[in-house]
Amino acid sequence: MTHDAATHDDSKGQYFWVWGALLVLTAIEVVLAYRQVFQPVRMLEVLLLLSVIKSALIIGYFMHLKFEKALMRWLLVISVTACFIIMYFFFFPDAGRVLRLGVQ
Amino acid sequence: MADATLQHGSVQHDSSQRDSLQHGLPGEYEAPLFGAYSKKVGMWLFLASDSLTFGALLVAFSYNRIYTAWPTPFGKDSIINATIMTACLLSSSLTMVLGVLAAQRGDRSWTRNWLLATMFFGTAFIVLHGMEWSKLISEGLTLPGFPKIAGAEGEFAKVSASTPQFPATFFGLTAMHMLHVTIGVIYLGVIALRKWFLAILGVIYVAGYFLIPSNNIFHYGIHALLICLIVASVILFLKPKDYDAHDVEVSGLYWHFVDLVWMFIFPLVYLMSTRV
Repeated sequence: MTHDAATHDDSKGQYFWVWGALLVLTAIEVVLAYRQVFQPVRMLEVLLLLSVIKSALIIGYFMHLKFEKALMRWLLVISVTACFIIMYFFFFPDAGRVLRLGVQ
Repeated sequence: MADATLQHGSVQHDSSQRDSLQHGLPGEYEAPLFGAYSKKVGMWLFLASDSLTFGALLVAFSYNRIYTAWPTPFGKDSIINATIMTACLLSSSLTMVLGVLAAQRGDRSWTRNWLLATMFFGTAFIVLHGMEWSKLISEGLTLPGFPKIAGAEGEFAKVSASTPQFPATFFGLTAMHMLHVTIGVIYLGVIALRKWFLAILGVIYVAGYFLIPSNNIFHYGIHALLICLIVASVILFLKPKDYDAHDVEVSGLYWHFVDLVWMFIFPLVYLMSTRV
């Protein structure tokens, strides 16, 4: 842990707030999905957005990445995100191609 | 961070060189990488690679879903069960972070208590997930390698026949995650209880093997505990040590990652396949 990390506000309160926020976001997801508020594609977008917010809270606070050095923080986030983007461009156009070819 | 380390009064070092090797003093004997000690950087690199494993599985799930007439088999019971499982994992992350704080204060008894609470929530998640799996399998959702269950001819049998991609991706993805949670619970058990945990793990394995019926997939899956028991035994006997605040923090990174992955599996696998 860096000196920055050692001196950050380690009060327990923030973790309880993050935990509460995660539970509330989960409840919102369940209500949206179970009541089918949106059409499937829009629902997917909304649920993924909420999941990204939840994962950012977990990574930033519970995993303490928010309090690590900027170099480590950005190196990890950018490299993993770049890999996911590459995966997306490799696989999803192919899934769409299968659809366009009319394969059921 | 030296002040945030659990002290081990029983360990005596004669020379200043050996003092510098006492754990809890990063930076005195190694150049910090990215301002963090090497164990933490190593765990982050592992988690980055593991996130790609889960990313590939989630992409495979989504890929199949795009071009297939996807079933929506999860009713109210499954969604309630999965929501409770999610709450268990989120609560376990809270107890884990409280355990890390206790370790950094040097409070060994509360460190152990919070780790045990985390293990409790993790075990609750595994049990609930196992019950969900067993229910789905008993209703006909199955894979070719699974034990046959007489009378499993429910609605899910039609799903398995018409869309085999669904059970394949569902079981593949959730099994991988369940394995990670199981390994996480064992990891925390080793950190919290060290060699004492080996005996507990051994008892759980033997009891599970004999109590779970042979037509249940977990009768075979429980062998994962035996493999973990062997690996944990080798680690604990080859390198016995008191685990310090850094070890607790690194184990916490792994545990939070398991929680993080579920934040994507839950909406993609369960909520997007909800039957109203």
